[in-house]
Amino acid sequence: MAYSEKVVEHYQNPRNVGSFGASNEVKDRSDIGVGIVGAPECGDVMQLQIKVDDEGMIEDAKFKCFGCGSAIASSSLATEWLKGRSVDDALKIKNTAIVEELSLPPVKIHCSVLAEDSIRSAIADYKKKNGMDDHDHDHDHDHDHDHDHDHSH
Amino acid sequence: MTLDLPIYMDNASTTRTDPRVLEAMLPFFLDTYGNPSSRNHSFGWAAEDGVDRARRQVADLIGAGPKEIIWTSGATEGNNLAIKGAARMYAKAPAGESGRGHIITAIHEHKAVIDPCKRLEREGFDVTWLEPGADGLITADMVAGAMRDDTILVSIMWANNEIGTINEVPEIGALCHEHNAIFHTDGTQWVGKMPTNVDTDNIDLLSFSGHKLFGPNGVGALYVRRRRPRVRLEAMLDGGGHERGMRSGTLNVPGIVGMGMACEIAGREMEAEGERLLKLRQHMERSLVDAIDVVQVNGHAEKRLPHLTNISFGFVEGESLMMGVKDIACSSGSACTSASLEPSYVLKALGVGDDLAHSSLRMSFGRWTTAEEVDYAIENIITAVKHLRSMSPLYDLHNEGIDISTIQWQAH
Repeated sequence: MAYSEKVVEHYQNPRNVGSFGASNEVKDRSDIGVGIVGAPECGDVMQLQIKVDDEGMIEDAKFKCFGCGSAIASSSLATEWLKGRSVDDALKIKNTAIVEELSLPPVKIHCSVLAEDSIRSAIADYKKKNGMDDHDHDHDHDHDHDHDHDHSH
Repeated sequence: MTLDLPIYMDNASTTRTDPRVLEAMLPFFLDTYGNPSSRNHSFGWAAEDGVDRARRQVADLIGAGPKEIIWTSGATEGNNLAIKGAARMYAKAPAGESGRGHIITAIHEHKAVIDPCKRLEREGFDVTWLEPGADGLITADMVAGAMRDDTILVSIMWANNEIGTINEVPEIGALCHEHNAIFHTDGTQWVGKMPTNVDTDNIDLLSFSGHKLFGPNGVGALYVRRRRPRVRLEAMLDGGGHERGMRSGTLNVPGIVGMGMACEIAGREMEAEGERLLKLRQHMERSLVDAIDVVQVNGHAEKRLPHLTNISFGFVEGESLMMGVKDIACSSGSACTSASLEPSYVLKALGVGDDLAHSSLRMSFGRWTTAEEVDYAIENIITAVKHLRSMSPLYDLHNEGIDISTIQWQAH
């Protein structure tokens, strides 16, 4: 499996690794949204935490990822793109943009899907904690990718 | 001293051809390039001499007679010829009928044994698939428990290619002989590394290949016992009647000569080499177990090949681990089927979970593996695992005392 230079670079120097606290510490903090997607038996688990200021702007983002190089790079890239965006603007990040930026091959598209899902999940968590309407909660968004894919990668 | 990267630690897959082997082969490409079946000129005679000599060299390594060596293209062919050839020869009912006889093998054999046995199952033979415990060992007791009156063939590998566990071959062979069953063992990972004697080890059929013992690719040998009992096989390749009619086809003379030389060298050097590689393997295992938590060495604690280790690292993902150790040419727990990246069926057979099976590395040392290379690999692996764990949400959960198997994951 040949990885693109950008994937290798993110793998070696991942941006914004970490968290704003253990799961039980952040679960009641209304300024933090947490998204955990994937499953160990599928070979990837992404955890994304966003820290949102009073204006609804994402001031910081942290990730942890158990997954292949492309999954690590996708989540690392996602944190870079999230910082400085409004919560609603962040929902516009599409997996296709991640695929393009990292030159992911077709077998790695699910990594970008997972990254998009983790963004949506973290924002949904933030909105729920703050009593905001969340139209995206039911995951009816489109991917250029079907959900019945093989989870091995 | 600087190291040449990448480091080759995949000798259980294939080995570098020893230059002494290559040197022995070259004249049979360039000068004495005759067909050993050509009995009326010197080119043919020279080629035949080369093949005869190689037959002795290979036979000597395993304590056999030269006439008991059948040249093949490799161990896959040897396993196929041994298993299908013996089953069809000793079948208790004609093709197309059921009840043709009983075969015993194991679920974590190499595919080159599993698939011929599956084919025989479809052809009307009964197959018992033994299941190992966590150490991967197949014992004579397990075979005894499966033995039936109509058992015609037992095929149990000598040492497992993924985990290195050494099965109870002499004991299983003795048991087979008590029950008049033919005993085949796939010796691909064993022969040339460990002392072999087909008589005292009670073997009827033994397959192995040249390229695993620092010989060339595309050549192998099948030992077929000629006395007590005389084993007969139904040929798969029909033609000129070469190799006592068991394997027709013009002989691959340079390959055969190379395999002969490789066996001669292995016979001389295996003892010292085995001790050297065992020390390196133990050093690597100890160093990794000391430096990293949640790590497990797969296979049997003692009954294991000296030059091969298979280690699983918890809470890191296999493909990213391979990416982190890109300067070490080794196999992953998904390597045998790297096109599909399924977890290794061998590790699964031992009860290793999918997550650990994915994140396992098989390193196999060889004649040119140095202590410096092993030290480099150890440091490289430790660095990679720590790097990945610094990113792993599963490792965090583990450190928070949460059992990840109890979590309801949202499979996406």
